[in-house]
Amino acid sequence: MAKTQITLALNGRQVEALVEPRTLLIHFLREQMLLTGAHIGCETSHCGACTVDMDGKSVKSCTVFAVQAEGAQIATVEGLAAPDGTLHALQEGFAEMHGLQCGFCTPGMLMRAQRLLQENPDPSEAEIRMGISGNLCRCTGYQNIVKAIRYAADKMNAAQKEAAE
Amino acid sequence: MSDAAMTVEEREANLKGIGCSRKRTEDARFIQGKGNYVDDLKLPGMLFGDFVRSPYGHARIKSIDASAALALPGVKAVLTAADLKPLNLHYMPTLAGDVQAVLAEDKVLFQNQEVAFVIAEDRYIAADAAELVEVDYEALPVLVDPFRSMDPDAPVLREDLAGKTEGAHGARRHHNHIFTWDVGDKEATDQAFAQAEVTIKELITYPRVHPAPMETCACVASMDKIRGELTVYGTFQAPHVVRTVASLLSTIPEHKIHVIAPDIGGGFGNKVGVYPGYVCSIVASIVLGVPVKWVEDRMENLSATAFARDYHMTAELAATRDGRITAIRAHVLADHGAFDACADPSKWPAGFFNICTGSYDVPTAYVAVDGVYTNKAPGGVAYRCSFRVTEAAYMIERAVDILAKKLAMDPVELRLKNFIQPHQFPYQSALGWEYDSGDYPTAMKKAMEATSYAALRAEQQERRAAFARGETRELMGIGVAFFTEIVGAGPTRNCDILGVGMFDSCEIRIHPTGAAIARLGTKSQGQAHETTYAQILATEIGIPADDIMIEEGNTDTAPYGLGTYGSRSTPVAGAAAARVGRKIRDKARKIAAHLLEVGEDDLEFEVDRFKVKGLPERQKNMKEIAWAAYNNVPEGLELGLEAVDYYDPPNMTYPFGAYICVVDIDADTGVTKVRRFYALDDCGTRINPMVIEGQVHGGLTEAFAIAMGQEIRYDEGGNVMGASFMDYFVPTAVETPVWETDHTVTPSPHHPIGAKGVGESPNVGGVPAFSNAVNDAFAHLDITHIQMPHDHWRTWKVCEKLGLVG
Repeated sequence: MAKTQITLALNGRQVEALVEPRTLLIHFLREQMLLTGAHIGCETSHCGACTVDMDGKSVKSCTVFAVQAEGAQIATVEGLAAPDGTLHALQEGFAEMHGLQCGFCTPGMLMRAQRLLQENPDPSEAEIRMGISGNLCRCTGYQNIVKAIRYAADKMNAAQKEAAE
Repeated sequence: MSDAAMTVEEREANLKGIGCSRKRTEDARFIQGKGNYVDDLKLPGMLFGDFVRSPYGHARIKSIDASAALALPGVKAVLTAADLKPLNLHYMPTLAGDVQAVLAEDKVLFQNQEVAFVIAEDRYIAADAAELVEVDYEALPVLVDPFRSMDPDAPVLREDLAGKTEGAHGARRHHNHIFTWDVGDKEATDQAFAQAEVTIKELITYPRVHPAPMETCACVASMDKIRGELTVYGTFQAPHVVRTVASLLSTIPEHKIHVIAPDIGGGFGNKVGVYPGYVCSIVASIVLGVPVKWVEDRMENLSATAFARDYHMTAELAATRDGRITAIRAHVLADHGAFDACADPSKWPAGFFNICTGSYDVPTAYVAVDGVYTNKAPGGVAYRCSFRVTEAAYMIERAVDILAKKLAMDPVELRLKNFIQPHQFPYQSALGWEYDSGDYPTAMKKAMEATSYAALRAEQQERRAAFARGETRELMGIGVAFFTEIVGAGPTRNCDILGVGMFDSCEIRIHPTGAAIARLGTKSQGQAHETTYAQILATEIGIPADDIMIEEGNTDTAPYGLGTYGSRSTPVAGAAAARVGRKIRDKARKIAAHLLEVGEDDLEFEVDRFKVKGLPERQKNMKEIAWAAYNNVPEGLELGLEAVDYYDPPNMTYPFGAYICVVDIDADTGVTKVRRFYALDDCGTRINPMVIEGQVHGGLTEAFAIAMGQEIRYDEGGNVMGASFMDYFVPTAVETPVWETDHTVTPSPHHPIGAKGVGESPNVGGVPAFSNAVNDAFAHLDITHIQMPHDHWRTWKVCEKLGLVG
């Protein structure tokens, strides 16, 4: 099948690639870019395991074509930690609060939570639960994921407050 | 801080051993997107397989034409039963003693059954090609109702079994009959019922559900024809068993098969069995000489691999008027689908369903289970439970509530009256088990206090009165469940898988610097084995958990074990870990005695070192001993510091718990809100409280899903109705209740560290707690039992039937 060239920013790095028009973004990321953090759990946009950030919004990359990412800023879990390896507050929170078990939903959950905290830096428990309701987890019962996101929100807000002072 | 300056407590804390909420060592890779799941693998030259599946529930295959598919650029091969038959691989043996079609030969027996396997350069081409395979079917009458399976005129499903009157578990009395399994004293039970003051009888159905882990089943098979070696990466909860089965089926010697289970994205029983996708990938790799990957999509997962439950249980209790249960009688109709692929120990066709006397001192009982074929997917896995234990717990816990209603007794009072008492352990149950330990009254009373049970009942009375007065439209239900599990299969005298005893194993190598690697025969799918096994070893040996790497899933390096399911990792492999630690400590004692020039009896062990009795300043810590193990051991002792243990448990373990659930049901909509859920678990010795709590949260959420919405239903035409996440209920964070956890500790007397296992308890106890809560909301009205799942529509229908809808 004829291929189309796409150019996009992936975790801050400029990428050019040839894709089939029907290639899904998740397959492009996993199989061509070898970024296997985002996972495929349903292929029908119900489970959120494939969640990545696209131009400042959470998207389920199993139902986005790679060609739709032309010119976009894409962020995946692989780009979440700082370049020096320092973990993001959310990554730290998930480990501290036991917010993961099998780890399969975790990259999508982290990327969704990252966007949620951009949208709402101080969410209530109900807002967190609603905010991650597009991401399914079968292991944790969500309770510790909620705690992990709250941990990150507190840490990020404290850091911001400190910076402002 | 230097070693010498540390207090005993500090050294103990440094070990991060048993009892500490050690953070998980697994997390670092998962939170950075560096997990290694099967679909992450990309081998050079790898092809991709996809199935052509049956659109019919029951049909004859008249012809298969793959020519158009083969003409598509990028397609390498199309396998059908005709290709597998010469290899004798068109059928494969199941764990239950039946066979299952790998690819359908003459007939398809359930919707989405595997008919052909297309292998292509990528998954897109494979999917395109699967569409191009033309299969001509002739539809046949479909059998979906298990109650009609053994009708005289029921369609013959399994033509391959024609004339076979003996199955793997005794006589077959009908062409759709698989087995009858019974246990207990029928005569004494019938007599107890004949003399009973009060009896109840109810059909309690546990619907067909599916474990639906976030990661579907997948494998990559890679045949190296020059070396004659096969490597299979797969989502295997029991990789060693897969290797043995692969060797028996393929005739490749077992040492030339490398089965590797990398990270697994949840299992819950779904990944115990061997599926056609694995066999087809292996055959394709052997035929084509390159690696072949197969990954299920979600629809395939929900409709073709490993359903659970589908037990139709007619439960009867006999009791005295004052509430002593005198007998239990039950008949189960078990819908096994088109092939009996139940994942049970080989001698147990109905699993451990005979744990159905529950937590109660019942003098006599009798249970019979009939397994039947229908035009549904095969499976019958233990979805986050030990074999058929959640069905058993659900039946007895519903039945006790139904009896309580009939006797006009409080459900807790009835339970307290019938509990096995602490002094009765070890307790011989009427259906043949020896319960190891328990203190049920203490757990029940603690749960009642924690939830202010008496106040809840008083509130319920007031609310019912208010409802009658028209002041509220909500019905309040209080669900109580007290479950006893049977896990940790199991003693090899009565538990095996295809003839391999259900032991498990641990091997450890301590390196000269005192760091170690330990390998076990189990396989974590999220249960934190890498964290918790190291804690057991740390405490037993006296080296920090952080210095012990745990590895599982590689059959070349790990000792043989039977895998992870049925909450067996801690009871069996965890015991092997403790015993391996003791073997190391025994050898370390000899080395320490040699180094300190004293007798072994002159030494005492303290946390992480041996000290000379009476001269505590003369000591050798484990790090020093490990170094000496490689250069300075007593004469006659082997160098090195390694040990292995294969543990054959003397008994199962019997975790238990008391759960209380409070719901509020809107009578006009059926919407059911879980106000509160309290879960007290007793899993014996607690290795990592943080991990235990996480397991309980997850198990309760799965119980919530099952009780309140999950069902894999088939319509009359054999169409599977629940095969996507649109149709099959997996709760989001919004619906999921907040969980309150609690515990008591009653160690197992026969386990080396007293641990019992916990991962499945919340599923086993949670389902009856939810179901009892919904039923309890209507207990004052004219209704005895409402079938699961308790989704809003069904609950609304109950309200409507009772004339409650405003």
